[in-house]
Amino acid sequence: MSEARFDVEALLRSALTPVEPPEALSDRLERHLTELTDLAAEELAEWELGAMRDPRNWVRPVAAATVIGVAGGALVVVRARQRSKKKQVTGLRALEQGLQDVVDRVGRTLER
Amino acid sequence: MSATRDKVQLDADFTELYRTHLRDVYSYAYYRIGNHHDAEDLTEQTFLQAYRHFERAQRESRGRPLRPWLIRIAHNLAANYYRDRSRKPQTNLEDAGVLPAFHDTADLVEGREEVQQVLAGVAKLPADRRDALIMRFALDMDNREIARALGRSDGAAKVLIHRAIKQLEEELADE
Repeated sequence: MSEARFDVEALLRSALTPVEPPEALSDRLERHLTELTDLAAEELAEWELGAMRDPRNWVRPVAAATVIGVAGGALVVVRARQRSKKKQVTGLRALEQGLQDVVDRVGRTLER
Repeated sequence: MSATRDKVQLDADFTELYRTHLRDVYSYAYYRIGNHHDAEDLTEQTFLQAYRHFERAQRESRGRPLRPWLIRIAHNLAANYYRDRSRKPQTNLEDAGVLPAFHDTADLVEGREEVQQVLAGVAKLPADRRDALIMRFALDMDNREIARALGRSDGAAKVLIHRAIKQLEEELADE
């Protein structure tokens, strides 16, 4: 068997070096994640305050946490659609509206 | 513990995950897609999707590292990227700014050619072999992590990497 002319693993290490993400990406991503987590935390806190006044509703914060998780997902989808369509509406406003819609809907369901 | 406090802890954990692995996800996305613009988009989508499912992933991981899970998300999104847009992987060394540390001009030129050959060879490999090499060499993932990211057994991941290196070696030798 002939000896390989290349040390392929060494070449792969040279070629596939880690790539630093652009600073603009880090800034943008952190801003989006912060917006999502802040919105979710605010909504969750409101749910908790309302629910904890009545012991019969102490299970609701758990439901609210689940709702916020779903709403977070909805926000991501809304944001992606907003961007892909390049509409003039600001992303955050659309996200806020999406979150409010989901929370309102689930709130009505829990009140029944 | 209140749901709010749970949420705060969850977000803190996610922030840690994000800070620790942003470069990994971006590197994977870049070598998988081949250009910075789409790699940025893929990285962003990966973290946003990870945020949606983080609570469940954390619960089910039982303390195991979440990097393979994160890279698996990027891997699946990249597959959708190609399927939806009918695009093919690109190799753009100039854009990457990826150059090995050689000592003089002759070495630099020679090394640059070899690196270009290797990158072109990697891009031509079957998708699973290419992805395994990116995970191994760009992200320094071990066989177990690669196996989890690709949804395979540890043994299958080891064989995949071995075959990928062998195929690349043969192709470079033929050139």
